[in-house]
Amino acid sequence: MTLTVSGLVMVFPILYAFLISFMQGGEVLQGSLWPETFSLANFVSAFDRVPLLTYLWNSLMVSVLIMAGQLVLCSLAAFAFVFVEFKGREWIFYLFISTMMIPWEATMVPNFQTVQSLGWLNSYAGLTIPFFAMAFGTFLLRQQFKTIPKELYEASQIAGISKLRFFTGVVLPVVKTTMTTLAIYSFLTAWNMYLWPLLVTNNEANRTVQIGLKQMQTQEIASDWGVVMAGVVMVILPTLILLFAGQKRLQEGLTQGALK
Amino acid sequence: MTTIQHELADRHVERKRAWSNWATGMLFLLPSLLLFGVFLFYPMVRTVYLSLFLTDSQGVPIVFVGWENFLNLFQSTSFQISAKATALFVLYTVPAGIVLATALAILANQKLRGIGLFRTMFSATMGMSVAASSVIWMFLFNPSIGLFNRILAALNIPGVQWLLDPQYALLSVSIATIWMNTGFAFLILLGGLQNIDQSLYESARIAGVSESYKLRKITLPMLSPTLFFVTTVSLINAFQTFGQIDLLTKGGPMESTNVIVYSIYKDAFINYNVGSASAQAVLLFVAVLVVTVLQFKIGERKVHYQ
Repeated sequence: MTLTVSGLVMVFPILYAFLISFMQGGEVLQGSLWPETFSLANFVSAFDRVPLLTYLWNSLMVSVLIMAGQLVLCSLAAFAFVFVEFKGREWIFYLFISTMMIPWEATMVPNFQTVQSLGWLNSYAGLTIPFFAMAFGTFLLRQQFKTIPKELYEASQIAGISKLRFFTGVVLPVVKTTMTTLAIYSFLTAWNMYLWPLLVTNNEANRTVQIGLKQMQTQEIASDWGVVMAGVVMVILPTLILLFAGQKRLQEGLTQGALK
Repeated sequence: MTTIQHELADRHVERKRAWSNWATGMLFLLPSLLLFGVFLFYPMVRTVYLSLFLTDSQGVPIVFVGWENFLNLFQSTSFQISAKATALFVLYTVPAGIVLATALAILANQKLRGIGLFRTMFSATMGMSVAASSVIWMFLFNPSIGLFNRILAALNIPGVQWLLDPQYALLSVSIATIWMNTGFAFLILLGGLQNIDQSLYESARIAGVSESYKLRKITLPMLSPTLFFVTTVSLINAFQTFGQIDLLTKGGPMESTNVIVYSIYKDAFINYNVGSASAQAVLLFVAVLVVTVLQFKIGERKVHYQ
């Protein structure tokens, strides 16, 4: 009973957004909870009045690029931390830890200037590259890499097997689930980014969908709640599906990252 | 070859291997180090530097002014309001958010049929972006057609200007924020609960102790490392809040929701006062640092680790 009530309360705002997106203007103003007919007019209107498709595409590209970049860089770094012993490694590890103490927002002004001077405003490069390095992901993968015996790596080195083949052949199969967790996490976070895209994009061709929502809310469409909610639904649908599909995995991965 | 020659050759091989390992390690770490350097360490140092200067509207430092930006901040009422708003926001969102997420996690940790559906429901907000969530809450808070005032009206209570009344705005944003953050905290806490050794509960069942005793003596102590982690992350997140402020209140009314990151953003990108924005960024950095260090110090002593 408590379970059902709290479940309904928690999802109510999301459910309500879905319901409103199907309502006619009048119904929203009357405060109905259930649409009389499930009309798609609001969705048509949303795509019509803002370049939603462009925004969705930009968000998809940005999220996939950040996800790929983080997976590659975190794998490389974690590999070095686990398998390659060298002088100064410990020191670099502490450097990685220290990155977690710097709030990203405290660095946004010089970062904006850097990206501007690189000519990366309104570009995928400016939206993605600053986020490729991630300490949390590196630590998460490091924990998993450690389960592979080092002797295996040394033997493969002596046998003259390349590091790449060792990685794809031995490491990757072992850490596949953790990689997936990290990928889901990266995608979710990147898709939902708000402040940075707001700073580095200022035209419709390069905007991400989150900034598109802000645009919808500030334009005259704002009073047309059905259309705005149709936009909201388009934004949350991909991440909700991803979350539902990967929820268990995400939970296991995040707990691992939190506790070890 | 003599033994000496052998030894020299060995040492040579050893040194070559050490060198090759170093080169490989650095090569693999270089991309991350480079990006951390350019987009985290350099800008942090640069922020500290800029905080000591008077800058032009482009953020180019002109005159070294020392602590003046900081002194001006501490004397400005606007900053005092912002600091107070940030502190209150942390106070409103963090404890309530953790209690809520813990309660939900304990509820969802029961072994029931169809429990998966509830876990999905409770974690759903993790898939919601700040922007989308804010737009939905904007509607819920709408004074004329929003749900909250409709409920009040049904109870014959006069409506509230949730986001427009300086008395309620910060509280309203906080309520929305607690909802937004629940999914993440819930997922991690549920994971923590599932990691607790089941034999403890088995022994408790045999001993016939009450539910509340189990909660106080087994669940919460065993969950404390996870709670500790969630608290740290929630605190830091609360300090970094921006999106919902930008969409719901723009820092208003009367600056009552002008939390620190929004204030930095406004000073840097709207008022073009980069020196002041940088000084605030330094204070944000210090606040987060203090929280992290304190949590580690307290955490090491008090938290029960398995």
